Amino acid sequence: MNLSSFALILSAATAAPDLFFNLGNFVHNLKYMGIGMLVIFVVIGIIIFAINIINYLFSK
Amino acid sequence: MDILYKNLLAFSWQDLVMIMIGCMLIYLAIGKEMEPSLLLPMGFGTILVNIPFSDALHGPIQSLYNAGIANELFPLLLFIGIGAMIDFGPLLTNPKLMFFGAAAQFGIFFTLCMASVFFPTIDAASIAIIGAADGPTSIAVANTLGSRYVGAITVAAYSYMALVPIIQPPVIKLLTTKKERMIKMPYEQKSVSKMTRIMFPIIITIVASAIVPQATALIGFLMFGNLIRECGVLDSLSETAQKVLANLITIFLGISVAFNMTSEQFLKVDTLLILGLGLIAFIVDTAGGVLFAKFINLFSKKKINPMIGAAGISAFPMSGRIVHKMGLEEDPQNFLLMHSIGVNVSGQIASVIAGGIILNLFS
Repeated sequence: MNLSSFALILSAATAAPDLFFNLGNFVHNLKYMGIGMLVIFVVIGIIIFAINIINYLFSK
Repeated sequence: MDILYKNLLAFSWQDLVMIMIGCMLIYLAIGKEMEPSLLLPMGFGTILVNIPFSDALHGPIQSLYNAGIANELFPLLLFIGIGAMIDFGPLLTNPKLMFFGAAAQFGIFFTLCMASVFFPTIDAASIAIIGAADGPTSIAVANTLGSRYVGAITVAAYSYMALVPIIQPPVIKLLTTKKERMIKMPYEQKSVSKMTRIMFPIIITIVASAIVPQATALIGFLMFGNLIRECGVLDSLSETAQKVLANLITIFLGISVAFNMTSEQFLKVDTLLILGLGLIAFIVDTAGGVLFAKFINLFSKKKINPMIGAAGISAFPMSGRIVHKMGLEEDPQNFLLMHSIGVNVSGQIASVIAGGIILNLFS
């Protein structure tokens, strides 16, 4: 560990934290994980379909 | 005579630590060649803003920050340059590769859940976007959401992008067998018509923005840059976007992000936690892409080398090259580059869409 890393860790450890700890939030936000991944796959699926249409219409 | 030491005595140990951090960023940029275009200006800016009574902090750096970061302008302008640099040809010949780009954004949402254990939702969402592995997207989303941690998020995003060659290979090897890594994927050269290349950025902008309007600026500027490249009638603008514009904005972006790198904002336990969560985001992104490819192989007769899933992370083109190199290490006759680069560019699009989804859900 070099001097700058040690200084960073020491300073961070002594600073007043502005954090909390709530495991329930992990479970609560799982729904956003589901929604987010679903929307990404749907949008990507539509884009793939659009690319296939473009390739079909404008292929050489 | 007190003018000689009055300002020197104003240095706190926190200022000195931040100046050392700035020097460390400069060392990583020059000595280790880790994302030098961003880390060097950020490092130098960090030094400038942590000198007591510095007129740089509330002078030119704040002006640049207000002019280009607070209103998300610099990241968007940089996206024009990035769009002009990208060749979507490998993706257009095999559009199904885009699904791997989508899968590799899993780390964003997993990190959202992890970060929400420690941070309020807005900050958790901003931290999660580090997993987009895209600097402009991270800065734009964190700023739009009003996160307090833009500086730490930016440092994490760009540092881990530079560390992709170190982060990804162990994760890939852990999740795949040697036999899987040796799966060959022959590449069939197919030409893409000029009209397809021109229509692609237009159609993608309309489709993605219609569904996720909050991604309009991000996807639009990226595709605008690509359209300038592909239209064939704006060669000088394309060259300007790829070189002059991209380099100019990179300089301004790097130094103005330092506005958030004061000791009061950066030296907190929160920062260490953000750096840790950012690393988790990158690891889970890689795992998500690889595991998705393995899942597809359960049902597919034509096997996919699962390593290409890892290239769905938006660190372009580094991630694509890493996967190709790992493929060659397993089998010198296995050329995965065109597939991995195709997945890599799809990751760029997917990460921007993910950024828009985060904004849609939390702004």
